[in-house]
Amino acid sequence: MSGPSDIPEDLRYTKDHEWARVQGNLAQVGITRFAVEQLGDVTQLELPKKGESVAQGEVFGTVESVKAVSDLFAPVSGKVARVNDALHDKPETINEDPYSGGWLIEIELAEPSQVDALLSAADYKKLVAEQQ
Amino acid sequence: MTPAVPLRRTPLFDLHVAAGAKMVEFGGWEMPLSYQGIVAEHRAVRSSVGLFDVSHMGEVALRGPRAAEAVQRLVTNAVGKLDDGAAMYTVMCYPDGGIVDDCIVYRRAQDDFMVVVNASNTGKDLAWMQENAGRIAEVIDESDATGLIAVQGPQAVALVATLSGTDVAAVKRFRFARANIAGVPCLACRTGYTGEDGFELACPADRAPALWSALTAAGGTPIGLGARDTLRLEAKLCLYGNDIDQTTTPLEAGLGWVVKLDAGDFIGRDALARQKAEGVQRSLVGFRIDGRGIARHGYPIVDRSRPAGEQVIGQVTSGTTGITVGGAIGMGYVPVASAAPGSELTIDCRGKDVAARVVKGAFYQRG
Repeated sequence: MSGPSDIPEDLRYTKDHEWARVQGNLAQVGITRFAVEQLGDVTQLELPKKGESVAQGEVFGTVESVKAVSDLFAPVSGKVARVNDALHDKPETINEDPYSGGWLIEIELAEPSQVDALLSAADYKKLVAEQQ
Repeated sequence: MTPAVPLRRTPLFDLHVAAGAKMVEFGGWEMPLSYQGIVAEHRAVRSSVGLFDVSHMGEVALRGPRAAEAVQRLVTNAVGKLDDGAAMYTVMCYPDGGIVDDCIVYRRAQDDFMVVVNASNTGKDLAWMQENAGRIAEVIDESDATGLIAVQGPQAVALVATLSGTDVAAVKRFRFARANIAGVPCLACRTGYTGEDGFELACPADRAPALWSALTAAGGTPIGLGARDTLRLEAKLCLYGNDIDQTTTPLEAGLGWVVKLDAGDFIGRDALARQKAEGVQRSLVGFRIDGRGIARHGYPIVDRSRPAGEQVIGQVTSGTTGITVGGAIGMGYVPVASAAPGSELTIDCRGKDVAARVVKGAFYQRG
């Protein structure tokens, strides 16, 4: 499915258009289809290194598209457990497959309760509808 | 507060929306940013043929027995070298040498010139031209009556030829001819803004949709403003408002080749003659970024060996990903000491220093 209504039910979201897939102690993080369509073709990424710490609501990297540069905001706090380094060679994966192959980093949750503060798919759907 | 002014629309607006284009505001107009994505559109122009709605651009006619003199009063390039059917790129300057606008001048007849100007400047340019040339020639705004479609790419000439009864391929670069394209009377101009071969087709505004539809049906790919920007930057063509404006002179912008000091008594000549004699302090250069990062309009160019507070030595005016040429490319003003090809630059990309090198000429040259 494409289009801004592509908002998987099983993910949590931020108002800055990141998604988080929480499994146990880990949160896989990416940007939403809506964000990708706003950005256009992604050409470069700047991501933290494995082992670095990120904080909820703080900038953890940037994404450059042909049109613009955007900050990436961490949905949760914790240590970076894994980085999708394959994206540096194929940044277009983010455009093609933002919810699986286009994941950015995995964060080891420092405070699992932070997940509760994230938006549900239904809430995020409303937010996107307002911004369209 | 800015008063709400309704955005203007070209005659092709409905066709863009029907094609699913993402529409954006540009210079007071509601224009297509992209249809299928900037990268795909950029590549279509480099590999086959793209279509651009540039009907938002302004067309101003100068007519009368002294029309040539009137145009020469306004522009820095030599109007006298044009014959009927010839066009030239030039700029209009203020008395201090700053640029009013860049434009293409077409000589339709000895007493009839057409000047094509930037959409966002049309109102300002018209007033300027009226004020400074209105007493010796008739200045007529033809913008609303004119549709303008650019057809660009290695297959552009062949595409226009298939829809035309005349031998458009015989029209040389920077020349134009009257031609019926898909039954629409056009001025077919061998000009463009992409670094590719092709035409810009001026036609009656109400016939533009028919022309556009025929061109798309014949295989042309619609291209939005996003790819128009990446294409022109690879060809190192200036964009008014980004790379040139009223604070920059054509000599600083690398447009010395359109300044013909002996062409006549044009506005800005004395200032430009003085600057040419004294030498410019800064130059617009093209650069490539060595590592990661993209420099964008407004980013400072810095020299970290200078004392704090004096480190900014220039500014990036345009920057993007080189879709065809690879890497990150851009343009910016630097002191002449740093303008030679190979000079190392440091660009402050949102608080992070990025190394760049000055490169010579256009990033992209068609084969």
